[in-house]
Amino acid sequence: MKKIDTNETDVFTRRKFLSTTTAVVAVPALSTSIFIGGSARAQAPVTVNMLAWYGHAEPDVVAEFESQHNCKIKAKYYTGGDNMLALISQSPVGTYDLILSDAEFVPQLQKAGYIEKLNPADYAFDDFFPEFQKFPGHWQGNDLYSVITRFGFLGVSYNTETVSEKKARSYRVFWDQEYKGKVGHFDWYLPSMGQLSLLNGNKSPYDLNAANFSKLKTSIKTLRPQIAGYFDYGGTFGGLKSGQLQLVCGIGDWITGVLKKAGAKVDSIVPEEGGLQWTESFSIGKSSKNHELAKKFIQYITSAKGQVVSARMGAYPAMIPNKKGWELLNTVDSVEAKRQGMVLKGANCMDGIRSGKIRFRELPLQQPIEDWNDFWSDYKKRV
Amino acid sequence: MNININKVALRWSLIGAPLLWQLMFFALPLLFLLVISFCSVQNFQLAADFTFKNWSTMLGRDTFWSAYNYTWALALATAFSASLFALPAAYSISFHMSQRMRTIAIILLVIPFFTSYLVRAYAWQIFLADNGVINALLSPLGFSTISMLNTTFGSWVGYLTLCMPLVILIQVMGMMQIDPSLIQAARNLSAGPFRCLFEVVIPSIKASLVVAWLFAFILTFGDFVSPTYLGGGASPTLSNLIIDTVKSGQQWPRAAVVAIAMIATLVATSLAAMAYAYKGKK
Repeated sequence: MKKIDTNETDVFTRRKFLSTTTAVVAVPALSTSIFIGGSARAQAPVTVNMLAWYGHAEPDVVAEFESQHNCKIKAKYYTGGDNMLALISQSPVGTYDLILSDAEFVPQLQKAGYIEKLNPADYAFDDFFPEFQKFPGHWQGNDLYSVITRFGFLGVSYNTETVSEKKARSYRVFWDQEYKGKVGHFDWYLPSMGQLSLLNGNKSPYDLNAANFSKLKTSIKTLRPQIAGYFDYGGTFGGLKSGQLQLVCGIGDWITGVLKKAGAKVDSIVPEEGGLQWTESFSIGKSSKNHELAKKFIQYITSAKGQVVSARMGAYPAMIPNKKGWELLNTVDSVEAKRQGMVLKGANCMDGIRSGKIRFRELPLQQPIEDWNDFWSDYKKRV
Repeated sequence: MNININKVALRWSLIGAPLLWQLMFFALPLLFLLVISFCSVQNFQLAADFTFKNWSTMLGRDTFWSAYNYTWALALATAFSASLFALPAAYSISFHMSQRMRTIAIILLVIPFFTSYLVRAYAWQIFLADNGVINALLSPLGFSTISMLNTTFGSWVGYLTLCMPLVILIQVMGMMQIDPSLIQAARNLSAGPFRCLFEVVIPSIKASLVVAWLFAFILTFGDFVSPTYLGGGASPTLSNLIIDTVKSGQQWPRAAVVAIAMIATLVATSLAAMAYAYKGKK
């Protein structure tokens, strides 16, 4: 017994020794691993640099992604495609991980070598409406360079207290004497001239031969006496809000939608002559230092959840190309889905695109950009 | 010998810093502007070249010359009106206020510079809008709505906001240098306030008046904020034209032509103004 006891004692001693040793070794090891794991979580977030229009890196859009991926999206905001190109060309390669661009500037980014080629398999194109699966300019043959994330329409924006919807249903309302000195232009030649090109009956508003371009210039000049001024985002926003401007050419719901939500009596409509579509997409900057995170962000913002966030973006709302995003939006915010025409049953915003009433905004096809812009500067002269 | 070397070193170190500053932030950027005005743009990117096309295109455009004339006329009108409006204020501060009140007035003139000029321009919109404060005050008196915002008048108000405090301050500094006994002597010789102003004060502060006028001209000639946010961008100034030109497919070379034309105008105006201010002085 004793021997047994002794053996048991020996065994116990060994067990005790092993367990004690294990504990001695394991506890610090475990605590070290916990410490290491904890410190990994507590590591400073990775900075992802984004070049975008205002609003795309605000907390209402990126907070969830940042907390999920322990990163901080740092934005450099621009105003307009030319400004975007200038900022990229003045920065060292690899400065921007994510680049948000208007569709018409993606080919320029690709030609200049500012963006990476993307793998289409990484993105949920099958969830998109067919019209957006191979968006013009985002692809060069079968090579993908940018993923569409949101879009909106440009038409007649108006003060609902002073301009009737019936009148606003045609671009001709800009010439109405009742609104002389109350009509504003968004100060960018592309949307305003594109819209008035539609009024002239040009089905492809930017593909004009010399005769049609000349005719467009002549007709736009007749609008000059009506014009109060040429405004940037802030000026347009303030003018519509104060009632100083009762009609604005060259914008759409991306400005009036924000004002309307704040209670202003304004709205936008696609007139009978047709409207334009602006389109935003994300690309990954050349030699991005955070390529994987940039890819994950594009995946997030084009997922159903990210698309709802994008549609409801505080800075300016937009329509979304992802069908599953529409479904989720109708569940979580049916009012906004209805307001923007992204309803699942009945007429919706896709109808205008499918019928050809909505044309994509693009760069002039038959003239150099300078010809259009020089005319725009000439047009500003007070008559 | 050592003392002489030290004096030379001190003199050059004192002159060297502003010279270096001028070289870095005026001469070199100006040279850069001049160089890129001969470059071309291909696919939105600046390309090395030596072409006169940018100069011939910009100087051959009616829009350039109408913007030039408009900018020049507006700057001139603002400089003269600001100088005129500032004169009674500067006179009162200099000669009719106690030392304490004068200090307070000078501080009040400096305070506007603490606020962003852009914010001040936006604030004017509230007053100048069709349904703004001024029209609201005039309406009960039977006036119909007066358009002030998005007009040349709006730009002018903005320009005055920008330069008036500075013009008054420079005029005050000039008037403070006048020997009070001169004014006293004029009054003793029966000169009235106006005669005293025009025959004693103004000739004594001619240089300050011209410098104040010149500052107003320079500030308004290159300003972008007022013609954009209070003038509505209608009838572009040269600053507006630069913005438009850069937007046009990154046409920095053409924008450089406009910028050089502006700098040349300002240099010529400054030289002429200085020559006039110190004419007859040794």
